[in-house]
Amino acid sequence: MMSPEVFADYALMIAFVAVSVSQLLAMVRLVIGPGAGDRILALDTMVINGIGLIVLVGLYQGTQVYFEAALIFAMLGFVSTVAYARFLLRGDIIE
Amino acid sequence: MTGFADILIGLSLLIGALFTFVGSFGLLKLDMPMKRLHGPTKAGTLGIGALLMAAMIDSFLSGHGTIQHILIMAFLFVTAPISALFIAKVHIHTGTCQKPPQPSEDSQWATKAVVDTQET
Repeated sequence: MMSPEVFADYALMIAFVAVSVSQLLAMVRLVIGPGAGDRILALDTMVINGIGLIVLVGLYQGTQVYFEAALIFAMLGFVSTVAYARFLLRGDIIE
Repeated sequence: MTGFADILIGLSLLIGALFTFVGSFGLLKLDMPMKRLHGPTKAGTLGIGALLMAAMIDSFLSGHGTIQHILIMAFLFVTAPISALFIAKVHIHTGTCQKPPQPSEDSQWATKAVVDTQET
């Protein structure tokens, strides 16, 4: 039976590995994705996983510095996804 | 008390890691474009939500507790369905999925029926 601190440390390592592997899987879909919609979805997923990685790094170093970076990533990811989709839908972003 | 919080952090991290991985795995494995839309939506809400929950518990544990991570969580919860809807519209527009069925021919709308009864 491991102590709670060791359990949290192992969980942090497992979370790092899992989120990094998911980033790689999303990258594979970004390369092979047959259509443009799949590539937009893969980019959106990569932004989400990037937010997860930033949060995990902040947790690992024990600082609150990375909070703003994660928030800006979330906002920019949403805006870029909508912009890509809008460009495909309308042929123009700002009409 | 500290040990209980550590266990909570570890469980939240494991849940978040599991759902993030499942989301990206579904994105890679599923075969239809509309099916692929399912996976990353779970990663965006539940996975990142659990990771942010772990970060929040850790900030309370280390003394300077903040709940500013709720801001990221709320923003992701609000924007994830909108981006999913836009990607679904792209799929429909580019014809990479089945066309949605036509709306049924119906002469009696609810609002129209109300207007007709008011006129008569």
